[in-house]
Amino acid sequence: MAVKDYEAVIGLEIHVELLTESKMFCGSAVTFGEEPNTHTCPICLGLPGTLPVTNKKAIEYITMIGLALNCKINPISQFHRKNYFYPDMPKDYQISQYDIPVASNGFLDVELDGGERRVRILRAHIEEDTGKLLHESKSGRLHEAKYSLVDFNRAGTPLAETVTEPDIRSAEQAVAFVSQLRSIVQHLGVSDGNMEEGSLRVDANISLRPVGSNEFGVKAEVKNMNSFRSLKKALNFEIERQEELLRNGGEVHQETRHWDEKLGRTTTLRRKEEVQDYRYFPDPDLVPFNLTEDYVEEIRSKLPELPKDRKKRFIEEYGLPAHDARVLTQSKAVGDYFDEAVKLYKKDPKNVSNWIIGEFSYHLKNANLEIDESAITPKHLVNLLNLIDKKTISGKIAKEVFDEMFNTGKLPDIIVEEKQLVQIVDESEIEKIVDAVLEENAQAVEDLKSGKEKALGFLVGQVMRFSKGKANPEIVNRLIKKKI
Amino acid sequence: MLYELTAYELNKKLQKKEFSSKELTDAVNSRIESVEKNVDAYVTFIEGKPDNNDNVAGIFRNIPVAVKDNICTKGIKTTCSSKILENYVPIYDATVVKKLKEARVAFTGKTNLDEFAMGSSTENSAFKITKNPWDTKRVPGGSSGGSAAAVAAGECIAALGSDTGGSIRQPASFCGVVGMKPTYGLVSRYGLVAFASSLDQIGPITKDVTDCAHLLKAIAGHDAFDSTSLNTEIPDYPKALTSNVKGLKIGVIKELVAEGIESGIEHVFSEAAKKLESKGAQIVEVSMPHIEYALPAYYLIAPSEASSNLARFDGVRYGFRAQAEDLLEMYKKTRSVGFGEEVKRRIMLGTYALSTGYFEAYYGQAQKIRTLIIEDFKKAFEKADVLVSPTTPSTAFEIGEKTDDPLQMYLSDIATIPANLAGIPAISVPCGLSEGLPVGFQIMGKHLDEMTVLKTAYALEQTIEFKEKPKLN
Repeated sequence: MAVKDYEAVIGLEIHVELLTESKMFCGSAVTFGEEPNTHTCPICLGLPGTLPVTNKKAIEYITMIGLALNCKINPISQFHRKNYFYPDMPKDYQISQYDIPVASNGFLDVELDGGERRVRILRAHIEEDTGKLLHESKSGRLHEAKYSLVDFNRAGTPLAETVTEPDIRSAEQAVAFVSQLRSIVQHLGVSDGNMEEGSLRVDANISLRPVGSNEFGVKAEVKNMNSFRSLKKALNFEIERQEELLRNGGEVHQETRHWDEKLGRTTTLRRKEEVQDYRYFPDPDLVPFNLTEDYVEEIRSKLPELPKDRKKRFIEEYGLPAHDARVLTQSKAVGDYFDEAVKLYKKDPKNVSNWIIGEFSYHLKNANLEIDESAITPKHLVNLLNLIDKKTISGKIAKEVFDEMFNTGKLPDIIVEEKQLVQIVDESEIEKIVDAVLEENAQAVEDLKSGKEKALGFLVGQVMRFSKGKANPEIVNRLIKKKI
Repeated sequence: MLYELTAYELNKKLQKKEFSSKELTDAVNSRIESVEKNVDAYVTFIEGKPDNNDNVAGIFRNIPVAVKDNICTKGIKTTCSSKILENYVPIYDATVVKKLKEARVAFTGKTNLDEFAMGSSTENSAFKITKNPWDTKRVPGGSSGGSAAAVAAGECIAALGSDTGGSIRQPASFCGVVGMKPTYGLVSRYGLVAFASSLDQIGPITKDVTDCAHLLKAIAGHDAFDSTSLNTEIPDYPKALTSNVKGLKIGVIKELVAEGIESGIEHVFSEAAKKLESKGAQIVEVSMPHIEYALPAYYLIAPSEASSNLARFDGVRYGFRAQAEDLLEMYKKTRSVGFGEEVKRRIMLGTYALSTGYFEAYYGQAQKIRTLIIEDFKKAFEKADVLVSPTTPSTAFEIGEKTDDPLQMYLSDIATIPANLAGIPAISVPCGLSEGLPVGFQIMGKHLDEMTVLKTAYALEQTIEFKEKPKLN
């Protein structure tokens, strides 16, 4: 193993699409996956003469995010125009924020296996999203396309951008940070935080420096990481790439790199020389807005339970170990699920936790589903736990039942009845009965040995009678044949 | 002739049924037919039917009104007199157009302008050069030259213009009509194709102050679609039309009647001021020390905003698109071919001023000057109720006279720009002729004090009795 003499310095920029009903500056609905260009209006299409009007809900949401990230909320804030040409931008400028974001100077304590790490938040601001380009080519990349289409449904959707200080030191920490931020926006109810669908997008600035150094190395920005897995893979790739460069006496270029999921590597998108001058200036169509102390305090007082508070509650109220509490609050849906299940099963929250973190998570991961997309409701799970507690079914059967209920959505009660799973399937238990029956019916055993098939039916019947009908006939048959 | 009357007079006569709405429309149409070839005021004509609803408030029902072609009209081409929007048809009405529809005006058409309202002579139109009805060898001023010329020539009764640095008042002055730029935020900008968003205002161009007050009343008011629109009660502007100016303090801005002003203009202007004095007004001299910086500040702020506002004309979604091999080339060709010289000059100027490393020195400094000018106005308004000056340093110049010298052209807005920078109301009223050409008298008022501006303008109009008309054949 090589001696590790470099450390990674990572800062993140995270864009979160906000779940407001209407867009940032017009009345068009915020939607996902609808027919292209069906949720647009003259304003979000940037038609000549149109003007933006700020969505108050979006300002409320970004204020909530700022507060949840322990930021200072700036009493006066302003929109700037970020000017650049691109076909997915109807006005060829993006309304964003520049020198006075809504929120600045916060932090988030990221929970890691080895403890906590404080990541400082430089700023959280609000802006509008662009449309989407569809490049008509096999790869979907622009340079191979004969033509491109634009869908403006997304154009003007409110986006919250959170920028961290370069306080992250590894891909794992980055994933933990993003995961925690995602859980926060979910708990706030301001975004679904879905990375795969692009409602949460992460760009990372990465540089390396010798361990112990306080200077920053030359950084590269990595884009296009569309899942937690690709975030981790991309950052690890980039760290290794830079490390190899530096070890071999090369230098890192300041550039923007594109994560290619298929190739499993980052490639140059544009060099620093090509960096655009966005010519930011205050948007004269939108006057500076005040976020008064009263306004901020009112929002603060109405903040819902945040993941860290929920985690604390899970530990204090339900007696969960810290690890369980952390895992269960990594997404709002999981936390909600746990809360609801415990309401129905107060006697042993840890048992509920075990099932969610164990069997359930395993199934969800394999099926690539979120907990709230599963057919298994808390009622289902609690039904199963009760069956186990009443010893109606064994733990082993329970897993079979779980499987069945995961696939069909049927309640465990019904599955057990339909599949007659209450019966005894434990071979050793059945074997005891079989042995006893064979001993008591020597004649029948002899008959069977001499080829009288009728005798088998008699013996099986005797076993069923002794087991009160719960023994599995197939097993009984097999065991009798084996023993004779 | 009907087309010579004001909206107010026509409304009275329509109510008395001295003639029908159709007769009025026909009269204006035949006037257009006979003089438009000499004036070239219009880009597009609009055919409409007379409205028969008697229950419409205001005096503009069935009055022929023209609209500057940078104001969006649903289903009717809105070109900004630019090749890039030559065939552009908006899918919505500007708020002011909606309001005029509610007032049941009879739209005559869309009037010519300097491309995207950038210019002072209407020579920058991609389509045609509008001529001054007083002398068709001369420019009508700009950028609302089409609207001002149409009103002066009787090709409509009233018109809407837009004013970013004088684009209503300067052409009104050149064409001998009344033109008003209201307080910034009084009239909604929604649907006005933006030139410089922090300066643009829509306003009336009319034959007299009475029509101006009525038309302003029709278009003013808060609009939820414009975040810079002021949420304020709209006064009954026609109530300002009294000629009582006794005790009114009128401040003459000394820097605007100094060097660079044609002597003929200076003479007509000071005669007019004396007449106001004879009516009981008090003339005082005020100084605005920073006013000399207004023009350079304006020519940084306006192009900066324009460089961003005009970015959307890129050939992707609407308007002219040049054929090209790739995206960048398409952008470049579309904008090189689609925009005229002056527009490109200002986009480049603004792009430069907003660039990293130059922003503070140009845009930042210009904003500071803007603040100083607002302060100058505040101080001046402590000494006077309204501030006055000649609207322009010269009367209408000849076509082609200044096209090769942008700086000379820019100087024709020197007296009108300060009101835009400060966002205050200002009007230009004809106050006489100098060598046969109209001279405009500019009256500026305090923020939202349109009433005093209109009162002063009305008093001036009543004393001057400017009755001359252009001799067009």
